[in-house]
Amino acid sequence: MAVDILYFAWVREAVGADAERIEPPEDVTTMRELVGWLATRSEGHAAAMAEPARLRAAIDQHFVTLDAPIAGAREIALFPPVTGG
Amino acid sequence: MITVRVQLEPFDPGVELVALGTAGAVASFTGHVRADDGVAILELEHYPGMTERALEDIAAQAADRWALSAVRVVHRVGRMQPGDAIVFVGAASAHRAAALEACAYLIDRLKTDAPFWKRESRANSDAASWVEPRAADDDAAARWD
Repeated sequence: MAVDILYFAWVREAVGADAERIEPPEDVTTMRELVGWLATRSEGHAAAMAEPARLRAAIDQHFVTLDAPIAGAREIALFPPVTGG
Repeated sequence: MITVRVQLEPFDPGVELVALGTAGAVASFTGHVRADDGVAILELEHYPGMTERALEDIAAQAADRWALSAVRVVHRVGRMQPGDAIVFVGAASAHRAAALEACAYLIDRLKTDAPFWKRESRANSDAASWVEPRAADDDAAARWD
């Protein structure tokens, strides 16, 4: 099923886009697997996804861990740890 | 009684403080951009939609935890300079302990639970750098768990 992926901060810069609509293969079921699959899409993606431990994620605008299932997600976001305030 | 704003425009912390009303105890925290190591410009990126939702959740949790008559969270995004007010959190209650504790809770949680990212540019360098998260911020947020 197609899903919108959003990127922020240095993840956005490395990927070279702030959003894309993609259709991951069916064997990609968790955020961690999605990160691994996204890394194969381009050199920029590979650079952004090189260290999954540096990434944080949200599904439908709620923070999730990389172990979260992506089934049913409409909007997925990948970004660095937050630094507001 | 909960007000949350994310905005490009500058804001006046004095106006925000007065807007909290005249309950027995009104407390606030204002964060300003620091000129650390020659920082000349600070840019704040955020996740529109999720940011407002996250700030509303944090404010609602504060209102659940303490007896508050008003909660206010204002955060700027976009381009700022040292000295600019970047964030305001405020809480009003009948008594000081609730107002002060709620304020600390609001800013501690905001630091770790709202999707903002800072990028600094320095006068002596063309390169802008993304600010790294601080373990001390995680510790400050965790004390409210």
